[in-house]
Amino acid sequence: MAMPNLTNSVLYLDGVEVAFDGYKALRGLSLVLERGEMRAIIGPNGAGKTTMMDIITGKTRPDSGEVYFDGWQDLTLLDEATIAELGIGRKFQKPTVFESQSVEDNILLALKAPRTVFATLWGRPAQDQAERVDSILATIRLAGQRRNLAQSLSHGQKQWLEIGMLLAQDPKLLLVDEPVAGMTDAETAQTAELLRDIARDHSVVVVEHDMDFVRALGVKVTVLHEGAVLAEGPLDVVSADPRVIEVYLGR
Amino acid sequence: MHWLRLLALWVAIAILPQNAFAEGPDTALARFAQHNFMESAKAVRELASDQWSGAGAVLAALSDNRLYYDAASKVIYFKDEKGTLHTARDGLPAAGIDVATLSPVHLNNAVRSALEDAKGSMTMVSADPVQRLSGAKDAFRAHDPAALPAITAELAKETDPEVKLALQQAQAAIIAASVDAPIAQRLDAIKVVQARGDDLALSVLSAIGNNAQGEVKTAALAATANLQATAAIWANVQNVYYGLSLGSVLLLAAIGLAITFGVMGVINMAHGEMVMLGAYTTYIVQQWLRAYRPEWFDASLFIAIPLAFLVTGFIGVIIERTIIRFLYGRPLETLLATFGLSLVLQQAVRTIFGADNRNVGAPHFMSGIFHLGGLSVTYGRMWIILFSILVFLGLQMLLRATSFGLKMRAVTQNRRMASAMGIDTNKIDALAFGLGSGIAGIAGVALSQLDNVSPNLGQSYIIDSFMVVVFGGVGNLWGTLVAAMSLGVANKILEPFVGAVLGKILILICIILFIQRRPRGLFALKGRAVES
Amino acid sequence: MKQSLWLAFDLKTRIFIALLALAIVIVPASALLTAPGSALNIPVYAIALMGKYLCYALLAVALDLVWGYCGILSLGHGAFFALGGYAMGMYLMRQIGARGAYGNPILPDFMVFLNINSLPVTWWGFQHFPYAMFMVLFVPGLLAFGFGWLAFRSRVTGVYLSIITQALTYALLLAFFRNAMGFGGNNGLTDFKDILGFKIDALGTRILLFCASALALALGVILARLVVTSKFGKVLIAIRDAESRVRFLGYRVENYKLFVFTISAMMAGVAGALYVPQVGIINPGEFAPQNSIEAVIWVAVGGRGTLVGAALGAILVNFGKTWFTGALPEYWLFVLGALFVLVTLFLPDGILGIFKRRQRPQVTVDPVGEAQHGDA
Repeated sequence: MAMPNLTNSVLYLDGVEVAFDGYKALRGLSLVLERGEMRAIIGPNGAGKTTMMDIITGKTRPDSGEVYFDGWQDLTLLDEATIAELGIGRKFQKPTVFESQSVEDNILLALKAPRTVFATLWGRPAQDQAERVDSILATIRLAGQRRNLAQSLSHGQKQWLEIGMLLAQDPKLLLVDEPVAGMTDAETAQTAELLRDIARDHSVVVVEHDMDFVRALGVKVTVLHEGAVLAEGPLDVVSADPRVIEVYLGR
Repeated sequence: MHWLRLLALWVAIAILPQNAFAEGPDTALARFAQHNFMESAKAVRELASDQWSGAGAVLAALSDNRLYYDAASKVIYFKDEKGTLHTARDGLPAAGIDVATLSPVHLNNAVRSALEDAKGSMTMVSADPVQRLSGAKDAFRAHDPAALPAITAELAKETDPEVKLALQQAQAAIIAASVDAPIAQRLDAIKVVQARGDDLALSVLSAIGNNAQGEVKTAALAATANLQATAAIWANVQNVYYGLSLGSVLLLAAIGLAITFGVMGVINMAHGEMVMLGAYTTYIVQQWLRAYRPEWFDASLFIAIPLAFLVTGFIGVIIERTIIRFLYGRPLETLLATFGLSLVLQQAVRTIFGADNRNVGAPHFMSGIFHLGGLSVTYGRMWIILFSILVFLGLQMLLRATSFGLKMRAVTQNRRMASAMGIDTNKIDALAFGLGSGIAGIAGVALSQLDNVSPNLGQSYIIDSFMVVVFGGVGNLWGTLVAAMSLGVANKILEPFVGAVLGKILILICIILFIQRRPRGLFALKGRAVES
Repeated sequence: MKQSLWLAFDLKTRIFIALLALAIVIVPASALLTAPGSALNIPVYAIALMGKYLCYALLAVALDLVWGYCGILSLGHGAFFALGGYAMGMYLMRQIGARGAYGNPILPDFMVFLNINSLPVTWWGFQHFPYAMFMVLFVPGLLAFGFGWLAFRSRVTGVYLSIITQALTYALLLAFFRNAMGFGGNNGLTDFKDILGFKIDALGTRILLFCASALALALGVILARLVVTSKFGKVLIAIRDAESRVRFLGYRVENYKLFVFTISAMMAGVAGALYVPQVGIINPGEFAPQNSIEAVIWVAVGGRGTLVGAALGAILVNFGKTWFTGALPEYWLFVLGALFVLVTLFLPDGILGIFKRRQRPQVTVDPVGEAQHGDA
């Protein structure tokens, strides 16, 4: 608790390194995300994007480096559940929803509420929770499907459901891994709109390959390459950077 | 009683043709007619230290209960091995004497022990160096002071270095224990005995340590401690060897599983039954050979190994094609289905062959024992250790150096990519499963030499095999090797302290705890790829 | 309250509980009111047999709670069943008192035989029924808690967990075979005389034990049903389907697993405790890994994730076993083995799954399979 307020940022990574069996997935990654900012992260395969998300959410421990959330929370000491409760939500690359439960229950499970065994065992859903579910379902355009099982949704709808679950968590920071993979153009456009909506009152990190989508987001871009930041700035500036062109086209 | 047969042979060859015994100790012979065990034992000792050439035949007869005396005349007779009666004194056939009128010379432990001691001094004078060696060794075992003159005499004549050394040791054993010998001589003798270094030397020295005084006692105690320390080291070496032997069994049982579970990710609970079928294949091969080609019996294992591989491999391919391929990506379902299969296979074997143990014989080269320093090595175990390593290396070669191995690893790492590159993944799956099962069959051939061949054979190995694979790290054959050997050794090292069952329980608990700490085993691959 | 509870259950649960209630009425009526040998009379041995099936059914419900709803395939639930059985067996042994072959008022026969001179600490207090019943819950619960605490915190999942649960029951099997453990070794505990003062093989006692088993099964189903229909239950199913998602939502998955695993082990313990007086013996064979796997197939046959189906599967399979081992003993293992294979291949949702499909043909569920993709 006595930690000094290191920065004013919501997310602060400095010199993060991690290796798997000798392979260095991250080599001195540094990244700062301001409060309320939305950031797009791009980079070729193996650049370390997913590993970075694993580090932030506590799935993987870094070998060295600093990872702070909200200015002072040292994320390298905490596990997934604690980090999630602090207010970091994560959407996986492959849409991961609870297939055998209804759309409504998916949101209900994600809804901010006591997470302990006994709270869920005895607790009854409150009225305000139902309203919250309604509003989220409206936001992600799934109000009509609320009683259907999640497995009956289309791929794009599952992506949205997962984003909806993120919203239900009401996190301070959202990590979104490839939200438009496998979506139609129309769905991609809707998703961009949805994320811009969300970014109004949340900090967001979006990892994406789809350049049109990144352009549609219209935010600052960080290019990762071989486990470190290669370039940072608006998409137009970054994509004119000869090193970035080299990385993307040179092979 | 092996030495007695040698003795009788020697007697038959060396003495009887001369047909007349040299002048002999009549007093000693007369003692046999006293009907007194103490007298008989004394007679044995006298005959043994005497140079009388008829002694061998008499003593051999005595130990086989073929020695008789006439209660009236006190004449001693013996029956030869054909049953003909001879007079002991001259060795001539005693025609016309009815055995029924004679009394047998009886044995008790004192007489037997005297006979045992006599054996050394008797064979020491043999013409055959092998027998002289065994005689000298027996003389060491007996270290009877009465034999000292005979030993010293032989030592002067002896030219064979090995026999000479043995005689020196025997002499030293007597001198070291002798209260009459000069201290310096006794101390030297203790060194000679200590140099011999085996259990017998230890017992001779510890007896001296208990009985002697002063300098000799100190020296004997020091030598005893030294030998005991060496013996303790050898005992540990022996335990490690037993452990490696157990480890090789575990390796054989687990290595096929390392392919199906470790490489393909398929839980095959019927793996143990593949081992069992391999053992039954050996049984069938041996039955056939016994009936039609008994002279080839020693080759039975060499016939059974490829046959067991083919039989169980073929069954494996059938299982993969009919059941397992529908369950890829659902390991828990695979576990249940293959468990069901194991019940069916067990019951099928029980129906065909019966529930009781089948007799699988050991070929000639699998039986016997030899010593390596203080280590006793049975041939059967030794060949199985070597065989398990051979199987391991063969499998490594197959996976690393053949196109099948390459394809199999490709399918394991990225099924879709392998398929895109034209590899028939279905075929590779089936063959890989067949390979794992076939190796289980080979393991069964080896285990048939150690374990009871019954329908339950496989069950007793399945949990251990899974433990080995999980402990070693899934997908890593070297891990399987290290895990099998270290579990085997740990088991055998624990056994003397806590007993076999408790040792096994402790090992199981250790593995359970270990898996909590490193859920992916000793040599697990780390990183994202395996977690996703 | 009762009324609303009743309405909270789905149709199959209501039917099942109604059937159990019916059994509690019919079995005693038939045994006591009709003449032995008449067509309506249920003989004593059949009552004990049915009671045994109900105990197995409770074990199956316990297993279904962890496997069907939380994706934990325990191959060691037989261990919890056996531990509950041993706790009951120890009470029954102490009740023999001086009527044993050696006539020792304190020590059971096997201890006198083994020259154990004083009662081991583990046996203290077992002459008191409440204490023994507490141990029936406590010992399996404690083992499950300790084991689960280690396993779930270090995130041992899928087949690894299955294999180490199997190793656990195997280790216990070996341990209970040892005379030095002080639980009767190879022979186990047997020759029981009476329970709570009633002669153990009297008709009345048999009927009461049967009714107690039926009641325990009904309570077990109700308890499990309440658990799985709560929000806690939804979290369990979520863990089964996508464990890491649940974790990233902020739930402590290990606590959920630990709780349900412990509850389930205690249910299995109760089943074992009711089983022992009805079969008259408990020995280390109950720890055999094969018993635990057989329990899994009961659940699979009936339909995992249905609770009632698991109970039904246990009763059906064991009825089949009794019939086959009587009529065609050679073929029982063939049938059981084939059952494993056919159910996993063709009937992944079990018998109750057939009805489920008819009701909602558009749904093709394979939740456990999905979950395992992630674990493999």
